[in-house]
Amino acid sequence: MTATIPIQEREDRFQGYRGTAREALERYGIGVWSEVEIVNDRGSLFKGVILPRSETFDDLHIVVKLFNGYNVGVVASRIREARETGYKKAVYKIPEKAFPTDSRKKNVTLLGTGGTIASRLDYRTGAVIPAFTPGELYGAVPELADIANMDTKKLFGVFSENMGPEQYIALAKAIGEEIARGCDGIVIGHGTDTMSHTGAILSFMVQNSPVPIVLVGSQRSSDRPSSDAALNLMNAVRTAAECDIAEVMLCMFGPTSDNYDLLHRGTRCRKMHSSYRSTFRTIGATPLATVSRDRNENGQHFTYLTDDFLKRDKKRVPIINPSFEEKVTIQYYYPNFNPDIIDGLSDMGYRGMVIAGTGLGHINKPLYPAVKRAIQKGMTVVMTVQTIWGYAQMYVYDTGRDLLNLGIIPMDNMLPETAYMKLAWVLGQTDDPAKIREMLLAPVNHEITPREPHNGYLVLQGGLPEVEAFIGQHWK
Amino acid sequence: MLEKLDYQSAGLISGLEVHQQLLTAHKLFCRCPAGLYTETHDGEVLRHMRPTLSELGEYDGTALMEFKTKKEIIYLLNHLNVCTYEMDDTPPFLVNQEAIDVAIELCLAMGMDIIDEVHIARKQYLDGSIPTGFQRTAIVGMNGGLPFRGRNLTVTHLSIEEDSCREVSDKGHRIVWRTDRLGMPLTETVTGPDLKTPEEVRDAILLCGLVARSTGRVRTGMGASRQDVNVSVRGGSRVEIKGVPKAGYAVKLVHNEAVRQVNLLRLKDELNRRGMREAKDIRITPVDVTEVFQGVDLGFLQRAVRAGGRIFAVRLEGGLGLAQFPTQPETTFLDELSGRIRVIACLDEAPIVLSGQQMPEFAARHKVIERLRRRLHMNENDDFYIVFGPEADCRTAAEEIRLRYVDALKGVPQETRQALVGGFTTFERILPGPDRMYPDTDSPPTRITSERVEAARARMRPTPWARFHQFGAWGVPAETTSFLIRRGGIELVDAVVSLTGADGLVAAIEIGQRAKSLKRKGIPMERLGAPEWVQIFDLFTGGRIPREAIQVVASHMARNPGIDAERAVADLGFGIQPREAWSRELQGLSMEDYRIDLGDSDGKRLRFLAGRAMRQLLGKAPAKEVADYLRNRLNQEAGR
Ligand SMILES: [Zn+2]
Repeated sequence: MTATIPIQEREDRFQGYRGTAREALERYGIGVWSEVEIVNDRGSLFKGVILPRSETFDDLHIVVKLFNGYNVGVVASRIREARETGYKKAVYKIPEKAFPTDSRKKNVTLLGTGGTIASRLDYRTGAVIPAFTPGELYGAVPELADIANMDTKKLFGVFSENMGPEQYIALAKAIGEEIARGCDGIVIGHGTDTMSHTGAILSFMVQNSPVPIVLVGSQRSSDRPSSDAALNLMNAVRTAAECDIAEVMLCMFGPTSDNYDLLHRGTRCRKMHSSYRSTFRTIGATPLATVSRDRNENGQHFTYLTDDFLKRDKKRVPIINPSFEEKVTIQYYYPNFNPDIIDGLSDMGYRGMVIAGTGLGHINKPLYPAVKRAIQKGMTVVMTVQTIWGYAQMYVYDTGRDLLNLGIIPMDNMLPETAYMKLAWVLGQTDDPAKIREMLLAPVNHEITPREPHNGYLVLQGGLPEVEAFIGQHWK
Repeated sequence: MLEKLDYQSAGLISGLEVHQQLLTAHKLFCRCPAGLYTETHDGEVLRHMRPTLSELGEYDGTALMEFKTKKEIIYLLNHLNVCTYEMDDTPPFLVNQEAIDVAIELCLAMGMDIIDEVHIARKQYLDGSIPTGFQRTAIVGMNGGLPFRGRNLTVTHLSIEEDSCREVSDKGHRIVWRTDRLGMPLTETVTGPDLKTPEEVRDAILLCGLVARSTGRVRTGMGASRQDVNVSVRGGSRVEIKGVPKAGYAVKLVHNEAVRQVNLLRLKDELNRRGMREAKDIRITPVDVTEVFQGVDLGFLQRAVRAGGRIFAVRLEGGLGLAQFPTQPETTFLDELSGRIRVIACLDEAPIVLSGQQMPEFAARHKVIERLRRRLHMNENDDFYIVFGPEADCRTAAEEIRLRYVDALKGVPQETRQALVGGFTTFERILPGPDRMYPDTDSPPTRITSERVEAARARMRPTPWARFHQFGAWGVPAETTSFLIRRGGIELVDAVVSLTGADGLVAAIEIGQRAKSLKRKGIPMERLGAPEWVQIFDLFTGGRIPREAIQVVASHMARNPGIDAERAVADLGFGIQPREAWSRELQGLSMEDYRIDLGDSDGKRLRFLAGRAMRQLLGKAPAKEVADYLRNRLNQEAGR
């Protein structure tokens, strides 16, 4: 504990403080990271450290982390005395420990996009300090060293919702480089909100991969004891190192229990709950495999649920095709959807539009003229279903047939977000309508499947006696 | 049997952490009902807890200990009382404002200063008792005090927190929790270390309970209030005795802990005398000795081996007799080892650990002992311990034996101990440091304005000491007042006094003592609320029934819900008659059966007669007038 830096020279002295709270800090010659004794109008003594204040909180209170570990907000107007007794700035660092390498183990590269899959906590602020270098990772999840040798590259530091074309292209290129360097598998740390979007676009941009490409994240951040992060990371690294499936996959919790992860195909996967651990689900098909920390009854970490996948083959040469047209939109149809929206998009030069239509892929008649105008202006309009499960089968009803006649292309059972990524990828390569249609309808990696298995659609209806009996035994 | 201990010279100090469930409709961070307990489940979730890295990138001691146990944690879920929040699959909803209001009232009752802006923190618990791995908690008030034995008992702070799971079982590496109680609002009141004797601890617990009850906004009944007692002696350390269920139990628990600490300090001296001063002086050697025990008919060992386990002997250099060193009355240092091994190494098959000195079973097995001594290269002053079970756990156990002795070099380790029946305690976990607390980034702070505090103050019921003053002035015994506060009858007395004009003493005695004894006889007196008692006292103050009839009418109403006092009086045939009418009925009252030859006083004869008269006139005449009438009659007889 040293008060070496004079108070006026501390850059972050008022971090987040405004108004009367800031005035009080000035008046008493204290600031963020000051160890203080504050006395209020009732003579109550607050001994602790002043923490930075969130910009979204009010400008009336000073946050003190008391020495007993609790935080309290002291209203500035009640402060009668305050003095600094010390100064201790937080050090945002995570100690490195050399990651042990073993020539018998496979080499896995972890590409960072900004999620914190492993971290340590700043106990004063609750802030999470990400662990990223192999040394930091080893400090946080030492079990990784038992699975593979690790190399890491931080590509960017963005939240999941800020991933976009620039990042997709950089990511695809980085994957190509890592494969060329001869790694045995790639893990991509990613926030979960748009993980399946990234899974879809990478499935198109990186084809014919010789090794597994595994997206991983966590639903409970790694600063929590109950986090799914460490287990997800271990399973993802194992998948990259040892799994036979050389595709773009998502590796996330199967059940909500700490049990096993599912490997979902990048094109057929969706986040289905805002906060559950087991949020990702393969839609209209079954997942590729399960992966667990413990071995199954056959002594394996992987249980393959299908054999219809691209096998690992280090001799295979990947095709990296990082194309992306940004003028593409996705529109969720609803009753009373106004045609102006479509006219507006087309006037703004949008080249592609995915519609998530009702039922088998429908929109109402008042929209037809606008759609027709858009297509005539060169926009590619494709239809998916907002039911998520099932096919756009537009030939069944008159409505659908009318739409087909307008030139809307049905995307079969391609998920709306996957269709968005594919349309952007295709339009990034050609503006020839025939070529566009051909590329859209030719599946790259199961984004359209000819058949839907009966267990591709599973939503259990809670409340029914038979379901209650089932979940009572199997809900994990 | 309590050993004698002079608390003052031992330097005993103690403080409380009183946990009290609040009477709210919903839980603290979700909209599930609070107080709905179930014994069945319709879902089950498996989790593990992983310690988070500390500030220095290392694991905190407790965290590491709990991680070592590698427990499979099972949560039993019932859709009636838990949602996806409790199972940690949904972030917290905004904190329950009703609970904050109750907490404010409790703080005010203890003279506390209310925090201007309440911040939610996380307190790590890795034993699985909370699925997130931390408890959400926040200080609501601080800097308070309670009048206690003529001085001030410091109340450091009060926090509001979510209650934890109820443990169903804990066997080996699998612990099972029921989640119904999880997330219910709870306050923790922390007192200063102001208590100097076990009896003071007991009285302080009672006082805190009384204050909480006086608000009328807390839960009562089994498990609704639990206390942890912090104890230390001079040179010892803070030890937290967790889950003291009743105030009275605290006396023996605190005493025994004081004795334990004094003994552990003596053990430290003994270790030093043997030249053991630093961690490196504690030398152990664990050896797998499963074969040595082949064919030895000790059931627990053979069962462990049949289940695939091993038997380990752990040599402790220079440790002869240390395990037999006394700790709590009737327990020894071996129990300290056993507690740590049970919790941390998950070896829970009795007897958990044996010492070479102690094994009476071995006395007849010289050969086994001799072979063990040779395998372990034992010297004269060494001792050894036997543990058994899965190999990895045996190795953890050996390390725990070493670590416990290392702790013993410093005297008393800071730990949480679980209260057991009989006033003993057993190791529960190492006491965590302040590092286990950190801000909850999921919850915004709650501003508490002075208007809100004043509104709470206006709602508040009188404090216990205000009640003692008020009721004491009426002549009500303190015990009765205390009972009325604890059991919620005090508002009934208020209603009766203010609405019927009844005498406060009469109302307090009838409601606080007489009704209590009827309830003890199984009459559901709790069915009577303020309206019922007001009806009854209206009849009494209006001269319609005598005081003696109050409880008869009340119990008749309690047994027949829905009838009013008028109807009860009619059912019972009560109603005060004119003096001429009832005195006529007493004309024939005889002294038959009364043994006049005993030479009793007139007073005793009068009481006999009065008892007989009142049975005859119950509900029709005031007892006092009847007694006057009879006294006159006896006087007349005597004067004749
Ligand atoms: Zn809930």
